[in-house]
Amino acid sequence: MKNNTTNRIDARFAALKSQKRAALVTFISAGDPDLATSEKILHGLPGAGADVIELGMPFSDPMADGPAIQMSSQRALKGGQNMIKTLEMVRRFRKADAETPIVLMGYYNPIYVYGNERFLDDAKAAGVDGLIVVDVPPEADEELCLPAMERGLNFIRLATPTTDAKRLPAVLKNTSGFLYYVSITGITGAAAPVVNDVHKEVTRIKGQTALPVVVGFGVRTGPQAKAIAEGADGVVVGSALVQTIEKTLDSKGAPTATTAEAVLDRVKELSSALRS
Amino acid sequence: MSTQANKSDAKLNSLRTGPDDKGFFGIFGGRFVAETLMPLILDLERAYDEAKADPAFHAEIAHLHKHYSGRPSPLYFAERMTQELGGAKIYFKRDELNHTGSHKINNCLGQILLARRMGKTRIIAETGAGQHGVAVATVCAKYGIPCEIYMGATDVERQAPNVARMKLLGAKLNPVTAGASTLKDAMNEALRDWVTNVHNTYYLIGTAAGPHPYPAMVRDFQSIIGQEVREQIEQAEGRLPDTLVACIGGGSNAIGLFHPFLDDKGVAIYGVEAAGHGLEVPNGHAASMNGGSPGVLHGNRTYLLQDADGQILEGHSISAGLDYPGVGPEHAWLKDTGRVTYAAVTDKEALEALQFCTRLEGIIPALEPSHAIAHVMKLAPKLPKDNLLVMNLCGRGDKDLFTVAKHLGMKI
Repeated sequence: MKNNTTNRIDARFAALKSQKRAALVTFISAGDPDLATSEKILHGLPGAGADVIELGMPFSDPMADGPAIQMSSQRALKGGQNMIKTLEMVRRFRKADAETPIVLMGYYNPIYVYGNERFLDDAKAAGVDGLIVVDVPPEADEELCLPAMERGLNFIRLATPTTDAKRLPAVLKNTSGFLYYVSITGITGAAAPVVNDVHKEVTRIKGQTALPVVVGFGVRTGPQAKAIAEGADGVVVGSALVQTIEKTLDSKGAPTATTAEAVLDRVKELSSALRS
Repeated sequence: MSTQANKSDAKLNSLRTGPDDKGFFGIFGGRFVAETLMPLILDLERAYDEAKADPAFHAEIAHLHKHYSGRPSPLYFAERMTQELGGAKIYFKRDELNHTGSHKINNCLGQILLARRMGKTRIIAETGAGQHGVAVATVCAKYGIPCEIYMGATDVERQAPNVARMKLLGAKLNPVTAGASTLKDAMNEALRDWVTNVHNTYYLIGTAAGPHPYPAMVRDFQSIIGQEVREQIEQAEGRLPDTLVACIGGGSNAIGLFHPFLDDKGVAIYGVEAAGHGLEVPNGHAASMNGGSPGVLHGNRTYLLQDADGQILEGHSISAGLDYPGVGPEHAWLKDTGRVTYAAVTDKEALEALQFCTRLEGIIPALEPSHAIAHVMKLAPKLPKDNLLVMNLCGRGDKDLFTVAKHLGMKI
């Protein structure tokens, strides 16, 4: 099945291709550390150099995430974040920015409990472009992936070092927008990936698909992002950004005047490294 | 042709053929895991299918059952309890007499043999009460395979004897401080370890839950309980039982007892969840089927304790082994089909049942099967004297002495 929808993600990667530049994909959890600060960060991201925004839907049990994103999720939930508020954030962002793609990222349960059809309709209406749902593999495409495609939402899959040549076609089959290559076997924010291994794998995957391939997990600094981006179409930075949030909180865990700015400065730094 | 038709008819009417080839029992079960784990889950399924078809695998398990864990466990007529309650004739399936003190060893023996067949060199596991952790550490010691056990820090504290056992057996114990520091958090952490060390590591899940093929595989390894009961009750009474009762956390001891009887329509089956402080107390119980709703966690769709936004609740039970916000997917399906009745019993009722059984039968049960005993105390008096009731006494109470003493105001 081919997704014929041309959307913001396709347009953004086409534009970046003509500029011969890799995408900076940034991850933050919606509502971390609170709704107002999170929203301020979100609205500042395109100006700071984020090309694609991944917005995390907080979940109580993020099994594939390391401590940084676990804490980020917990802060958001403690602040009362929920699916309705996350979708409202996207709706408000979309009114201000018609071009920057937004990908919602998270786990299946909050979607399932919200109701799959209702979620997809509301996400589309809010201006969401794609979904990454960590614990819904291709074997369960009919649950969420195919209904998402019918609505013109990209369903972005993860490929990992354990996705061998035999399995890769199954992963690629209903993927659209881009492919997210997980650079390590492990959780988010863990050990730094080995650049040569990543290049080899990205080359292998690009031989099998025309989709942009974006690399994530363990990318923290500008120079590292630059090195990883060689041969790939983008890099994802997540744990490093939510840790920046964490570092600026006061002793009670509340945001300070510098929180949003510190995150956006970090994004600017990564962006300029990628453009250098 | 006609034999084949009969066969498929029998299959259509059977409740024992699940899961389907994608791992579903009705809408429950499945394989909801991250891509990194998916190839391994598929490998595991293939390896288990091969092992299942290999008589040598079954012979090795049977040998270990007999010589290592001490099976068959007795089917014991609880005479004084029967008299006292004045109704059904009560039998205990004595799985607390197994080596390591509970039914958990049945599953661990099967899975460690499978891990060896797959060439895995490192074992990880989660544990709540520590019974599964002890069983894992035991089989790892026996086969000389290094193991790491994830256990919530709260559980480490309330299950000190089992912690000492695991350490003595050579396991590396990793206390988990995320969340409420209980079983679900230990399982999250074990999954994170697995995703990181997927190349050499086997995840030995302790209950009939998780991604396919675990629920079916763990059930198969635990079904020895029900298979033995069929033979033993036939020998003792010349017929099948009328009533089965077992406690449910993840539900492995229960599915092990129930599964061989699912197609025997005359057998009434009861699973007993932990009602903690009471089903009416928000987040005060661990009864995911009586007080939860369907969702997706830890690789499968099942009944979960969760809020309206799909965030998982911690739940509560006095029993660390029942303190889990989910339940095995086959139970979720058996609940929806109506084949099994799921009741719930409070902390207080379980504590009373523990004392009742101890004083009348001279057997100190674990807090987990004390929930089943509490339900038997409600059920048996209403049943006729010729009703044969079998309850799975799946674990012994040694590990709970500190908890029980504290609640009863005794000093140790």
